[in-house]
Amino acid sequence: MAANPMSQFEVYSIGPKIQIGSFDLSFTNSSLFMVLTVTVISLFFIVATQKKSLVPNKMQLIAEMAFEFVSKMISETAGKDARPYFPFILSLFLFVLVANLLGMLPYSFTVTSHIIVTFALAFFIFIGVTAVGFAKHGISYLKLFVPSGVPIFLLPLIIVIEVISYLSRPVSLSVRLFANMMAGHTMLKVFGGFVVSLGILGGWLPLGFAVALTGLELLVAFIQAYVFAILTCIYLNDALNLHH
Amino acid sequence: MEVEAAKMIGAGIACIALAGAGLGIGNIFGSYLSAAMRNPSAAQKQFPNLLLGFALAEATGLFGLVVALIILFAF
Repeated sequence: MAANPMSQFEVYSIGPKIQIGSFDLSFTNSSLFMVLTVTVISLFFIVATQKKSLVPNKMQLIAEMAFEFVSKMISETAGKDARPYFPFILSLFLFVLVANLLGMLPYSFTVTSHIIVTFALAFFIFIGVTAVGFAKHGISYLKLFVPSGVPIFLLPLIIVIEVISYLSRPVSLSVRLFANMMAGHTMLKVFGGFVVSLGILGGWLPLGFAVALTGLELLVAFIQAYVFAILTCIYLNDALNLHH
Repeated sequence: MEVEAAKMIGAGIACIALAGAGLGIGNIFGSYLSAAMRNPSAAQKQFPNLLLGFALAEATGLFGLVVALIILFAF
């Protein structure tokens, strides 16, 4: 159990092996937790909005808070034009948040601690935002790479930098979430290993640390979901409202 | 030098990136606190920006950690 702090990230298949061509499409523990995440979110919202009333009960209040939180975030960062993308941002935020929080349960699996999951999310956001930008502005969307007020002789350099920073968006967006979740869970496991190896006499100090770190990780789980969603809004803002 | 030893040293050096993250996070929270003490009524409004800055600064350090892990486990 205390052997390897990385063994918690192992992906193994549950149930029958499904192979199509050279792709292994078996149902894994990762897929199980993704399904679980979506089920938790859907069930929560179905139950919370069962009895809609003007004076909300506790469940409805939480659902309304989540709704309003994301709605405020979008209108503050991306403006009115981003209104149609509200369902997407809300589901993105809730998926990342609930996946992070489910991962905090002992013996569970953190979906977002795998770069392929976060990269898939970030890459689809990147493609989507680029498509929205080109659909709205046409070819003049490329003006995004030319900041206004830059001297002419600096432009070749600036454009290259802007293009590289634009292309690195999906990488930085996905690595941020993945690295935070993986580093946090590894750290928890390492301190858990200290508790076992120091035994009944010296194990109390790392145990205290582990408890404090769990609190910090809950905070990080929320902050990272928030940052993931708000950066999506900022990218959307770039695509919708060109600054020219 | 043996490859295994060089890997360990490289991973250790890559973790120096965490020093920068520490500086950044300390700077962000320090500036937020001093600004909030001067004008407490405006503090609540800047709290989302605080979280955003914290996450952005923390991520840069974690990039270094990812490099260390790649050196240790992927090569």
